Amino acid sequence: MLKKRIIVCLDVKDGRTTKGVKFQNNIDIGDPVQMAREYYKQGVDELVFYDIIASARGRGPILDLISRVASEVFIPFCVGGGIGSVEDIRSTILAGAEKVSLNSKAVQKPELIKEGAAIFGNQCIVLGMDAAKDEAMPSGYRVYINGGRVKTDLDALEWAKKAVDLGAGEIVLNSMDADGTKDGYEINLTRMIAENVSVPVIASGGGGTPEHLAQALTEGKADAALIATMVHSGQYTVGAIKESLKNQGVPVRL
Amino acid sequence: MIGIVDYNAGNIKSVERALTALGISYVISKNPEDLKDCSKLIFPGVGEAAYAMDQLKKSGFDVFLRNWVKESKPLLGICLGSQIIFEYSEEGDTQCLGFIKGKIRHFNSLDDSMVKKGIKIPHMGWNNITEQNGGSKILANVPKDSDFYFVHSYVICPEDKSIVKATADYEVQVPAVIQCGNIYACQFHPEKSGEKGMMILRNFCED
Repeated sequence: MLKKRIIVCLDVKDGRTTKGVKFQNNIDIGDPVQMAREYYKQGVDELVFYDIIASARGRGPILDLISRVASEVFIPFCVGGGIGSVEDIRSTILAGAEKVSLNSKAVQKPELIKEGAAIFGNQCIVLGMDAAKDEAMPSGYRVYINGGRVKTDLDALEWAKKAVDLGAGEIVLNSMDADGTKDGYEINLTRMIAENVSVPVIASGGGGTPEHLAQALTEGKADAALIATMVHSGQYTVGAIKESLKNQGVPVRL
Repeated sequence: MIGIVDYNAGNIKSVERALTALGISYVISKNPEDLKDCSKLIFPGVGEAAYAMDQLKKSGFDVFLRNWVKESKPLLGICLGSQIIFEYSEEGDTQCLGFIKGKIRHFNSLDDSMVKKGIKIPHMGWNNITEQNGGSKILANVPKDSDFYFVHSYVICPEDKSIVKATADYEVQVPAVIQCGNIYACQFHPEKSGEKGMMILRNFCED
């Protein structure tokens, strides 16, 4: 049986892991390679590294970090932030990442999803999407770019469907309203997207307890859950979260 | 010495890095000549079957691998490399290497109800495997029901079912480990499957 995945997200800024609440007030929390190694030992299923200022500053991907992680951590990982061309995708994958996450650049240049998927396969192309509640939008959610700083005209559901049509093999769906709050994932948004696309959806933003993850993975219909603060704070280990999920009847890899 | 076949098909660096971490010495090359003195070969691959076959022909690896298999030297195919050792793939309607009798079929062509049931393709993520037909040497010491990382849309359908040494359940029974004489194959990525995947690589490389 296919397992529900637990993915740890490391926001990287100038080579260090950082974490903020609602995309603000980022604080330094450690060395990303060392943290990746620790989560690997704890049994994490996948890792995501976001270069959080790359998109804003128009910089390329963090190749040295990717290559160091790939030499020590033998599970799939995804890299996002600043990937704006097929060449960026190629260099990221050759450095050792399995997948790239396209967020702002996919909005500005949707053909990048198509070109990337045609060359590297759909499984390599992850759509990263930051969405926030907005009554003015048909689905009730609007897409934001540049780390939540810039509002777009895109409806979250329409954009998710379009990206999958273009070739995105997975969607990391980040609720800006829930991000960093530890109040639980945005189940309504997660389920709406998961039920309407044919690719796996990774719930992101708001996870604070194993029960929140269980809710996103069952009620929310997500295939995976992204966590950050829960484990970065030391409050939980990946192993403890998985043990709890198993006890709640969620199939996980132990 | 282990040889890694480099034929421009996807991320083979991860296999290289896994062997480095295991302390296993290897040669990696795009030139078959460089691998002729190796005792075992790893044949990785991510990507599309027709493109991969094309690259194998261009590099001369198709002939090299055929002779390798004829001499019964050990070979480990991974993912796409586990598929194109069979005769034919529906992916790109491709004639493959034909070292083992059988076809590679799309999930939907095997079971057309998968789409209706909303089962996502590719089969992507961690799935547990169950040993079949007595298991395989490469699964030695791997705990029962261990999970491995899969990413694929096409399925190995061998003529001789007894060569399937482990399967994963994804609506259909997916052959996950194949052993046919000295040809070994993993549909999943041992190099991306954590410590248990590393055990498989070590089992193949060390005798």
